[in-house]
Amino acid sequence: MLQIDLWKRVLIWGLVAVGLALALPNLFYGRVEQANDARAAMVAGTAGDEVEAQAGQWPDWLPSGIVNLGLDLRGGAHLLAEVKVEDVYAARMEAFWPEVRDALRDARSEVGTIRLQPSEADTLVVRVSEPGGAARAAEILRGLAQPVVSLTGAGASDIEVTTRGQDVLVTLSEAERLATDERTVRQSLEIIRRRIDEVGTREPTIQRQGADRILIQVPGLGSAQELKDIIGTTAQLTFQPVVTRTSDPDANPGIGEEILPSLDDPDTYYVLETAPVVTGEELTDAQPTFDQNNRPAVSFRFNPSGARKFGEYTAENIGSPFAIVLDEEVISAPVIQSHIAGGSGIITGNFAVEESTHLAVLLRAGALPAGLEFLEERTIGPELGADSIEAGKIASMVAFVGVLIFMAASYGLFGLFANIALLINVGLIFGLLSLIGATLTLPGIAGIVLTIGMAVDANVLIFERIREEVKTARGPARAIELGYERALSAILDANITTFITAVILFVMGSGPVRGFAVTLGLGILTSVFTAIFVTRVLIVMWFERRRPKTLEV
Amino acid sequence: MRLRLVPQETNWDFFSRSKLWLGISAVLVVLALTSFLVRGLNYGIDFEGGTTIRTESAQPVDVGAYRDTLNALELGDVSISEVFDPSFGPEKNVAMIRVQAQDGAESADPAMIAAIQNALQEVSPDVEFLSVESVGPKVSGELIQTAALAVVAAIGAVLVYIWLRFEWQFALGAVIALVHDVVLTMGVFSELQIRFDLAIIAALLTIVGYSLNDTVVVFDRVRENLRKYKNRPLREVLNLSINETLSRTVMTSVTTLLALFALFALGGDVIRGFVFAMIWGVIVGTYSSIFVASAMLLRLGIKRDWSKPDANKGNQFANVDA
Repeated sequence: MLQIDLWKRVLIWGLVAVGLALALPNLFYGRVEQANDARAAMVAGTAGDEVEAQAGQWPDWLPSGIVNLGLDLRGGAHLLAEVKVEDVYAARMEAFWPEVRDALRDARSEVGTIRLQPSEADTLVVRVSEPGGAARAAEILRGLAQPVVSLTGAGASDIEVTTRGQDVLVTLSEAERLATDERTVRQSLEIIRRRIDEVGTREPTIQRQGADRILIQVPGLGSAQELKDIIGTTAQLTFQPVVTRTSDPDANPGIGEEILPSLDDPDTYYVLETAPVVTGEELTDAQPTFDQNNRPAVSFRFNPSGARKFGEYTAENIGSPFAIVLDEEVISAPVIQSHIAGGSGIITGNFAVEESTHLAVLLRAGALPAGLEFLEERTIGPELGADSIEAGKIASMVAFVGVLIFMAASYGLFGLFANIALLINVGLIFGLLSLIGATLTLPGIAGIVLTIGMAVDANVLIFERIREEVKTARGPARAIELGYERALSAILDANITTFITAVILFVMGSGPVRGFAVTLGLGILTSVFTAIFVTRVLIVMWFERRRPKTLEV
Repeated sequence: MRLRLVPQETNWDFFSRSKLWLGISAVLVVLALTSFLVRGLNYGIDFEGGTTIRTESAQPVDVGAYRDTLNALELGDVSISEVFDPSFGPEKNVAMIRVQAQDGAESADPAMIAAIQNALQEVSPDVEFLSVESVGPKVSGELIQTAALAVVAAIGAVLVYIWLRFEWQFALGAVIALVHDVVLTMGVFSELQIRFDLAIIAALLTIVGYSLNDTVVVFDRVRENLRKYKNRPLREVLNLSINETLSRTVMTSVTTLLALFALFALGGDVIRGFVFAMIWGVIVGTYSSIFVASAMLLRLGIKRDWSKPDANKGNQFANVDA
């Protein structure tokens, strides 16, 4: 008859207890959040009475997971950036040119003299003077190819060499481009993370999206613009030989040379050799400092290979100027006074103190391998989020009370059972959200409110079925049993179909919509659990005590 | 005394005017599609690109003055609307400003946003900017594709599920009802020109889920009754099933609507469009599960006896056991 094994009862109540315990910290949101932050700080090495007092606000034997609030509820900045992966192709080809030049020079007898031709940035075009020498040149250059380092592109070589008349064209191969793109995006992700960590904001979300996009969300930051200031500059530092100095921005630089503006003086331009002597990649450290005239500057140190290259170059070029270039602008172009060994130096320019600090941070975190294009940016003020939370709370309360009254009025005692289940249900949703560290968004709150309305559906199905069965079944116990049994297939079908839509929303949605999908999906799971198991235990317990002869549903 | 929304025992004939109902639904679907094609949806920046700025000031919003000052900046299409909510006091005046995506730029130019903010501060010195959101045309184009795909995928997945659990006629009936609900919702959004953004897609999918929930409960009962009453005509069985589940259908709709209306009135203006879509969807979904899904099922007919091979089929596998 109407029975539930003891172990099942224990299991059901146990699950409920665990779920509610997990939800508990959310009732003391501010306190738990502070305690968690304080504990994290203690792990990181901060000590002190204040931190310990804050950590003590929440006992550590209690669960301390809380629901993360989404940007729309907490306020903050959101950016979606696309990494311009093609930037890297050009840099790669530029860096490849000296190697090409040296290889072909060695074979001068076969290919004649060589000249670099103007071309698309991602292609090197080399013209050879010897008629028919292009084929031989191409052969030599193919010998410079390296195998692609990636799982998918294994076996392919990194460059593609073709000929066109007297020209030899060198580009990156398709496989190498894919591998490069992958590296570029990963590197950018890492460097963005480092830069944001350097600034020290809490709980940033930095995720890769799709092939070449990066999503950055920083709660509590004033605006997306601030975030862009931190991650928007590529901070590519190069040391390049200066060919000449000019005031004409349209001057025609020679092949393998480029013309760049000066950072400080709008009328000055420098013609530089494109291939850098050393780049910022070979920096090991950068710190804000002051020069001998007490102006803000940035000191830097090269790694051994950078130090060697820099030392050799300075030894060979005493008396000629070289340029320190940051993101296509010449910061300064000092004349080399002496051989600089030891690999450290200092960058001076017209910096303010904040600028030198900022530049040091950027140089330390590393340059972005490619530029970023911002596709989406959102700034949500904290007041708006607070308003939304407030409104969401009130609406949930009203919805809750409305449904509770309505259920009690419709089903009497059984309605009360359903109401207890509903209360547990909402607790469980929060428990699960905290457990998986999900993010609650405004649509997510709507999802919870909707769940409050829909969660009773399973109970309604069961109770309506019990009403029907009371008419035909022998005795109330049998009616209850049949009610649960026969309503089950409808409950499962109805909830599985809704669950399917929640899964699709989760997979295809992003941001707030995903938050909605999560609460909706969890709400379905918990409501089926509470409706089928919790109310059943409640009803069985009641039935065992009272043994009613008739059933009032 | 219990609250009863539906009499204990009903025996209503839901199919006596089924042609009329189907006709009305068909007309409404055509109207919705026409509105969708002629007026189009009022896409939010999620789908069309552009920038929205939410402002708040203590002084009342002077839409005319805002417009004049922003027009001077020559930003193309600018729309300004005041936002009302019962929770706002007289000191809280909120406006939404929407600027079209600028040529050649993906996300917003910081200089443009600063210019807008300065211009507005001249008109209304205490104005604050609660949110600034900007989406580039590239992303919005993709978002709209993904959104459309999501709705189609949801409907497709459900079609398959019901097909597996029931018969294909059930699946087809349910899906026709779903499409009906989705189209009518889009129609309302285009007719009333309510802003259509990503959240509304979430609402649409929820409507799909809800409407289906309703339909599946009725169908589940139909399946049960078909086995129970093998000789009653389909129409009677369908009617009986709908009557038997009617009380539940109404109860669930009412509790869900209760929650949704609370959210609509008190949940703030940010999600009002989203909640509106769901309220509309619940109403239409409840209607369609009876008057569209079941009516379609009646028209499609069902193979009644699962135990015997179908006599009408007549192919070589039909009588394999005979």
